[in-house]
Amino acid sequence: MRRQGLKPPGAFVRLSEAYRQQPSRWGPLLTTVIILCLVSFIHWAGGHLNPYQVRILNLIGINIGLGLSLNLINGFTGQFCLGHAGFMAVGAYTATLLMMPPAVKQMNFFMVPLVAPLRQVELPFLAALLLGGLLSALMGVFIGAPVLRLRGDYLAIATLGFSEIIRIVITNIRSVTNGALGLKGIPAYTDLWWSWGFALLTLVVVSRLIHSSYGLAFKAIREDEIAAEAMGVGLFRHKMLAFTLGAFIAGVGGGFLASLLTTIDPNMFRFTLTFEILLIVVLGGMGSITGTVIAATIVTVLKEVLRGVEAPMDLGFVSLPGIPGMRMVIFSLLLIVVVLFYREGIMGRRELSWGRVLGTRDKTPDRGADT
Amino acid sequence: MSLLHLQGVGKKFNGLTAVSDFNLSMESGELVGLIGPNGAGKTTVFNLITGVHKPTEGRIVFKGEDITGLRPDLITRRGIARTFQNIRLFSKLTALENVLVANHLRLRSSPVEAVIRLGRYRSEEREMIGYSRSLLEAVGLAHVAGEQAGSLPYGQQRRLEIARALATRPSLLLLDEPAAGMNPVEAQELMDFIRQIRQEFDLTILLIEHHMRVVMGICERILVLDYGVTIAQGSPADIQKDQNVISAYLGVETDA
Repeated sequence: MRRQGLKPPGAFVRLSEAYRQQPSRWGPLLTTVIILCLVSFIHWAGGHLNPYQVRILNLIGINIGLGLSLNLINGFTGQFCLGHAGFMAVGAYTATLLMMPPAVKQMNFFMVPLVAPLRQVELPFLAALLLGGLLSALMGVFIGAPVLRLRGDYLAIATLGFSEIIRIVITNIRSVTNGALGLKGIPAYTDLWWSWGFALLTLVVVSRLIHSSYGLAFKAIREDEIAAEAMGVGLFRHKMLAFTLGAFIAGVGGGFLASLLTTIDPNMFRFTLTFEILLIVVLGGMGSITGTVIAATIVTVLKEVLRGVEAPMDLGFVSLPGIPGMRMVIFSLLLIVVVLFYREGIMGRRELSWGRVLGTRDKTPDRGADT
Repeated sequence: MSLLHLQGVGKKFNGLTAVSDFNLSMESGELVGLIGPNGAGKTTVFNLITGVHKPTEGRIVFKGEDITGLRPDLITRRGIARTFQNIRLFSKLTALENVLVANHLRLRSSPVEAVIRLGRYRSEEREMIGYSRSLLEAVGLAHVAGEQAGSLPYGQQRRLEIARALATRPSLLLLDEPAAGMNPVEAQELMDFIRQIRQEFDLTILLIEHHMRVVMGICERILVLDYGVTIAQGSPADIQKDQNVISAYLGVETDA
């Protein structure tokens, strides 16, 4: 055992300077290059790709943001929550009601009129999105306070229940949400700049939080709650932080989705929606930001590619009628296979960092490196 | 005034009395041993002090403040740190990250500052990393800082757990069987190590241990628990002669 005199904390500040890691000189430069590439690609794509392709790219961007928000709660903090569709519904409806022009609102609410204060409101897209996110985060606080004291299966069941409650409430308060009829003619503000801006901003925020001391506290809670608490990590406070931030991002993502699809109804926010995002998280790797980005891309593209299996098929000897929902069967099988044989997902808990790519990564945790 | 004072502390799990009427006063700088046969309630005492369990009776006073039934993380903030009988490291995190987590309680920057990486957060983080690395060096683990904690050999895991506890900057350290599973040479090393950290970090230590050589070697005062009851206390020499202790460990001789 090495003997070394430890001096009072003041001395460590000086000592720590010696240990300070040399930030990679290439990292920031490469990150800038990648962002510039992305920006020019979006600029190019806007004019050259057809609307269908643009729509898929939009979906990828939104799904990256949504996947990251769920991964923050499920993957990094280890709190298995299944209420994402609920948060997205809150965000989508709030944003929609705030940004929809009064004339369109009047057309939508022909059965039961919309309540007075909302009738004349028309906010800019960004403000509507943020308010949707905030309301969703507020829901997160209300739900999280009782529910985050539960663990494992119970937490999953309780959040699932909450998400269903939200959906049923939305179906029934017709004077606000137009009930089962849904809302149509939502202004289509979502374009590649918005959706990929959302993806990138979420990526930066989640990645920086995860690589900070707070992120470490999240992971400690995931690894061992008792030990984390014994080391002074307030369990409730940190779970709440992850949960609320996740709910906020989900709410904003819901708003983007509403504006992309231009129509929403309560049935859209069934458990299947949570399942789709969960699929992205599990497939990419619970606790990997890179994995979520990759899996969001794969799942979104695959969903379009697999449209073929739902169409009527003529196999020569037998012709099958189109079976709607066939894609979800394939995705479910995929999830089963991943969980059985490839539990870690694509990336496990690994991340792609510049250090790793360039092979200069030393064995110290790369703090703050961009993925 | 004593640093830690337990007064008539007891814990019942439904009908089962795990600990009853436990009294202990520890002065600053003391090294006290807590021994007793399996199931005597030693770890329960630790769990009561650190807030994992709430005592059903009695009071626990630390630095003049009543901490009875406080949440574990709040107790740790007040300066009590512990290790666990069955090592509870964050096994998928690296050795350095394990120690870093225990610095988190001193972080003053908000999550927003941590995301934006303002100057204050940066300097706090730098200080935390520096302190953690120097702790790892002090326990002789600097060379494995980047290794996954779960992949370290047993002895190193034990030391890492102590380093992690030290990172919370405690004034009272509770060690739950630190020498468990160690051979005599390792146990001897551990004793030296405990003495060393006690001096360098100005610690008061309460120690649960089965290794009699370790307990007798470094503790100034020993408490013996059996079936939740304190059956003896005193200097190692007294304890070794105590008839109650001998019968608790070896059984009572009955006349045929």
